[in-house]
Amino acid sequence: MSTDTRAPRATRTPGDERRTPTFVDSVTLVAGREITMRMRSKAFLVSTGILMLAVLASIVLGGIFGGQSDVPKVAVVAGATDVVAGNEALDAQPVDDLAAAEQLLRDGEVEAIVAPAASEPLGVIVYGLESTPNSVVSALSVAPTVELLDPAAVDPGIAYLVAFGFGIVFFMSAITFGSTISQSVVEEKQTRVVEILLSAVSARALLTGKVIGNSVLAFGQILAIAVLAILGLMLTDQQVLLGVLGASVIWFVVFFAIGFVMLAALFAASAALVSRAEDIGSVTTPVTMLVMIPYFLVIFFNDNPVVLAIMSYVPFSAPVGMPMRIFLGQAEWWEPIVSLVILVASTALAVVIGERIYRNSLLKTGARVPFAEALRG
Amino acid sequence: MLELQDVTKRYGERLALDHVSFTVGDGRLTGFVGGNGAGKTTTMRIVLGVLAADGGTVTLGGDTLTAADRRRFGYMPEERGLYPKMRVLEQTVYLARLHGWSAAAAHRNAVELLERLGLGERGDDTIESLSLGNQQRAQIAAALVHRPEVLVLDEPFSGLDPMAVETVQGVLADAAASGAPVLFSSHQLDIVERLCDDLVIIAGGRIAASGTADTLRSQHGSERWELLTSGDLGWLRQQPGIRVADFDGGWAVFEAESDAARQAALAEAVARGEVVNFTREHTTLAQIFKEVVL
Repeated sequence: MSTDTRAPRATRTPGDERRTPTFVDSVTLVAGREITMRMRSKAFLVSTGILMLAVLASIVLGGIFGGQSDVPKVAVVAGATDVVAGNEALDAQPVDDLAAAEQLLRDGEVEAIVAPAASEPLGVIVYGLESTPNSVVSALSVAPTVELLDPAAVDPGIAYLVAFGFGIVFFMSAITFGSTISQSVVEEKQTRVVEILLSAVSARALLTGKVIGNSVLAFGQILAIAVLAILGLMLTDQQVLLGVLGASVIWFVVFFAIGFVMLAALFAASAALVSRAEDIGSVTTPVTMLVMIPYFLVIFFNDNPVVLAIMSYVPFSAPVGMPMRIFLGQAEWWEPIVSLVILVASTALAVVIGERIYRNSLLKTGARVPFAEALRG
Repeated sequence: MLELQDVTKRYGERLALDHVSFTVGDGRLTGFVGGNGAGKTTTMRIVLGVLAADGGTVTLGGDTLTAADRRRFGYMPEERGLYPKMRVLEQTVYLARLHGWSAAAAHRNAVELLERLGLGERGDDTIESLSLGNQQRAQIAAALVHRPEVLVLDEPFSGLDPMAVETVQGVLADAAASGAPVLFSSHQLDIVERLCDDLVIIAGGRIAASGTADTLRSQHGSERWELLTSGDLGWLRQQPGIRVADFDGGWAVFEAESDAARQAALAEAVARGEVVNFTREHTTLAQIFKEVVL
């Protein structure tokens, strides 16, 4: 009967002003709100600024320390010049006598003195100040040609730095945006606004909007850091490292984009179990662990191919493990693709389970909702 | 017309709603009354689709409610709340847009409504910076900004200051006058009695009584008569066919076995002295409520 009576009410407003929102409409609105509110938060802007400064600082410092390892300066006393001449591993500074050379050494102007000594087999003697100037000695030594059967592609020191870089960026972003999404979920429960929202949009649209909004922010932050890192490497003349890093950084961004969606869904689902901001910490601990473990593993085991290989396939650590292996040249071309497929599948599963828990827990305020109950509904 | 048919809901072992059926007519203000835990909030959540029922149907004009239909409902949950750090206007516009309004129209609606609620000046303030009274007004705006065609309000009057109570009453009356079905729950039986055309009484998850206020009055509450005379009414106790319920000097409330017995008592009173007042006692909602629930 009232199909008739409803029609006139519905036509009171022109059609283009009001229409039934689609899933995409709702998700866009929710995601837009998440981003707007976040961009307005001073805490967010400040922490992003600090993270970016830290990345920039580490690159600039890396450049400075890298520059220090150049050719050692030596004072060459007249008579020993022939021995040093043409040796590119030494920066020779000719002096007239040993006394003048000693003065330079004591002033820290040079690292060592090369003086003539007829009694020595090489015809020269090397003076150091406190310890043996190894770099000078090796520059003057005759070393046999070395052929490595299985050469390490990358200097272990650099490998450690890169592992640390991937680890810390993943860890920081996941924790920052994970806690953001948790707070956003609990805020809606705590302030009860969630019930009004649920009368307008589905729980799925709400969760999707939140996950997308925060993923866009996290992804934007990662991208900004990547651009900053690349710019920094270029400006500080470290293109060599850039060339080696390039592919692994791109894979890192791809893995992170998907892996973060999985973490975001898990953070949102966990947070939905509680109703007070104070309880977020304890309820999200398991997910936080999942984020921390890869961080520590990659720092301690970046020189262990077996651990890295396992890490690169486990969905939670793949965003760190796989780019690391690509950087070290340990991964076959198909490996990142297989790992990505596993990651996408796990993300889909996490989203499905997360949505179920989220939907079942949103209206249960008060005590923490038991996990099993949230899963059952 | 909004109609619930055999709506059932279980929480684990507990049967929260047991075959709940009632209707909310177009243009009818329907009061939904019941004790704490009787099932009011659960029923309203099911109507809004916020909660899924285990059985039964909710229809509007005979059609099963879809998510799209529900976007045109206005809902005020019992547990109030908005985003504390969002600005009033921004938040109101956001809610209108979630319900499907275009950005421009949502903005226009929100500005207009906030003006009407006396919040026009506070549009750029955050919710948390508002006084409690103004927060309540913002809550009302949130329920109405999308121009709902059906209103479902859970305890809309609880915690409101008298001015806000007035505003909400006006809003409910306007909505009903425009032909919308309006369902609201309240503990304040006097407000329900004053406002409502229809009543639904729920107890222990079952509908104890429902119908127009007049029908319920005639069905429930014993038929009692109030008599006030200038003399003493002590004789009334001996009057045949009369049972005195309450008595104080020249004032008494009594039940009569039959119309004849009542008329005889009145005649006797007139014969004994001046009758100041003789009326049928008004059955209050509180009386009906007690009778059907207990």
